[in-house]
Amino acid sequence: MYLYLPIAELSVNVLVILGLGIGVGTLSGIFGVGGGFLMTPLLIFLGIPPAVAVGTEANQIVASSVSGVLAHWRRGNVDFKMGSVLLVGGVVGSTFGVWLFRLLKDLGQIDLVIMLSYVVFLGTIGFLMLIESIRAMQIARTPARRRKLHQHNFLHGLPFKMRFRRSKLYISVLLPLLIGVFVGILSAIMGVGGGFVMVPAMIYLLGMPTAVVVGTSLFQIIFVTANATFLQATFNQTVDVVLAILLLVGAVIGAQIGTRVGSKLRGEQLRGLLALMVLAVCGKIVYDLLITPQDLYILASGGGH
Amino acid sequence: MIRGLLLAFSLFTVFAPTAHAQGVIVDLSKNFVAITAGFTGTEVLLFGTTSGYGEVVVVIEGPKQDLAVRRKENIAGIWVNGQPVNFENIPAFYQVLSTSSLDEWLPLSVREANQIGVEYLDLETHAKVSPPEAAEYRAALIRNKQRIGHYGQIEGRLKLTDGRLFRSNVSFPANVPVGIYEVRTYLVDKGKIVSTKSMPLTINKIGIEADVFRVAHQHSALYGLAAIVIAVLAGLGGNALFRKR
Repeated sequence: MYLYLPIAELSVNVLVILGLGIGVGTLSGIFGVGGGFLMTPLLIFLGIPPAVAVGTEANQIVASSVSGVLAHWRRGNVDFKMGSVLLVGGVVGSTFGVWLFRLLKDLGQIDLVIMLSYVVFLGTIGFLMLIESIRAMQIARTPARRRKLHQHNFLHGLPFKMRFRRSKLYISVLLPLLIGVFVGILSAIMGVGGGFVMVPAMIYLLGMPTAVVVGTSLFQIIFVTANATFLQATFNQTVDVVLAILLLVGAVIGAQIGTRVGSKLRGEQLRGLLALMVLAVCGKIVYDLLITPQDLYILASGGGH
Repeated sequence: MIRGLLLAFSLFTVFAPTAHAQGVIVDLSKNFVAITAGFTGTEVLLFGTTSGYGEVVVVIEGPKQDLAVRRKENIAGIWVNGQPVNFENIPAFYQVLSTSSLDEWLPLSVREANQIGVEYLDLETHAKVSPPEAAEYRAALIRNKQRIGHYGQIEGRLKLTDGRLFRSNVSFPANVPVGIYEVRTYLVDKGKIVSTKSMPLTINKIGIEADVFRVAHQHSALYGLAAIVIAVLAGLGGNALFRKR
C-alpha cells in the first residue's frame, strides 16, 4: 500500500513507515528516550530527503513529548522554573539553528552537516553508553555508596544566581541558558529533541536530581521542537505532516509495547543493546560518507547562486 | 474502447479527404494526469495514424526547470558536494519514442534543429567552467535524469500496424515532475519532417496531497502552526489511550 508524501514528493510504502514508527516507538518505550536520533537517520536511509526528515521529525517529537510529559507532570516530576529557563535558551538556539540550516541548504552542504553531526553525536553517545553499561554489569553486585547531592565546580561561581526549589539548586541562570541554546541548535539541525544531550547535561553539569530530569527535559523539548517545526515549515518548507502523522500512529502503538517489554528486561543489558544499535546506525552513516559514490555528480534543485 | 477509437481512426484515414493525405493524426488516451494519494506512476496511451508512408517520432517534453549539478569531491576521505554548475530552463522531463532506429531515417541535422534525442537537447550552462568540463556536467545531468526515469529514448517503442496505425504507452514514473507537458509528433519521410502535431498534457497533484503542498508553500506560517496543533492533539490523544489500559 503506497502513499504519496506531498512535501517529500515521493511515494512510500505505508506499512514500512508504520513499522518504522512502531519499531522506534518500542525502543523509546523500553529505554525512555525520544527516538529522534534513531528515526531521522532511518528515514534518510529509506530515501526521504535529509532536510524533510529533520523538519518532519521535529514535528513528531512535539507529539511524543506532549504525551510523555503528562505522566511526569502527574507525579510532580517537572521543574517548570528550570524548564522555562532552558526553553528560553532552546528557543533562541533552535531559531539560530533553523537559520543556519537555511544557510547550509543554500550552500548545498546541509546533508553533509546533518550526517557529520550524527556521526559525532551517535558515536560519542553510543560509545559512552556501551562503556557505562559494561561497567554497570561488572559492578552490579557491589553495594552503592551514598552520593553527595551534587558536585560543586567552577560553574557555580557564575553570576545571576537563581533558586530552583524543585531541583534543590541555587545556581547561575547562564549555565541552563547556554545548555538550552546548544541543545536548541542541535534540535533544529539534527531533527532530534536533544534529550540524549540534555539529560546528561542536567545531571552532570547542573547537578539536578535524577527524578525531575526526564520530565523537565520533555517539558522544554515540547517548546523547542514546536519552535523548530514552525520555523522549518515557514522558512524551509520541509515539514511533511502526512509523514509525521504516519510516524505518530506507529510511535503511539510502539510506546505501549515498549513500556511493557521494558519492565521485564534488565537495565544494564538493555542499555548495552541500545548502545550497540546507536553505534550500528553511526557506522552505516560513516560508511556512506566514506565509500566512493556510484555517480560523482548529483542533481540539486537549481536557482542557486 | 481504445480498439474502437483505433478502428474509428483507421476508417477515418481510409475515407479521409485528400487535404489530410500528408498529415499525421494523433491523440492521447487522456490529457490530464492526476497525482493523488495512491499515485505510483502511470501510463498514457498515445495512438494515431499516418497516411501509409514514413516513420513516426514522438517527443514528450515536460515543464522547464532550473537544475544545479554538483560534483562530489573527496576532502580528507569524506565525499563533499562541490560548487554547483547551474543549468537554466531545461526540460524537467524528456522522452523520445519512435517507430524504429532513428539512425536509419532521421538525419542528424534534422534532429539537431528540432531537438529530437537527448544528445541534441539544448542544455547550456553559464557557469565559468571550461568547455570539456561543461560537457562532463551536461553528461552527468542527462545520466542522473535517465536514472530517475525523467529522460529517455526508446526506439521501436511505437508499434506501426499496416504501415498506418501507431500506438504506444507513455510511462510516467511516481516522481514525475508536475506541470504542462508538450507532446510533439513528427511524421518523417525521405529524411524530412513532413507533418508535425503538438498536443498539451497536464500533470498535476489533486486532492489532499495538492492542498497540503499548496498550503505548505503559500501559507507556510499557518501550515507550521497547524502541524504543531496536530502534534499536540496527537500527543494528548496517545496519552489518553495509554492511561485507559
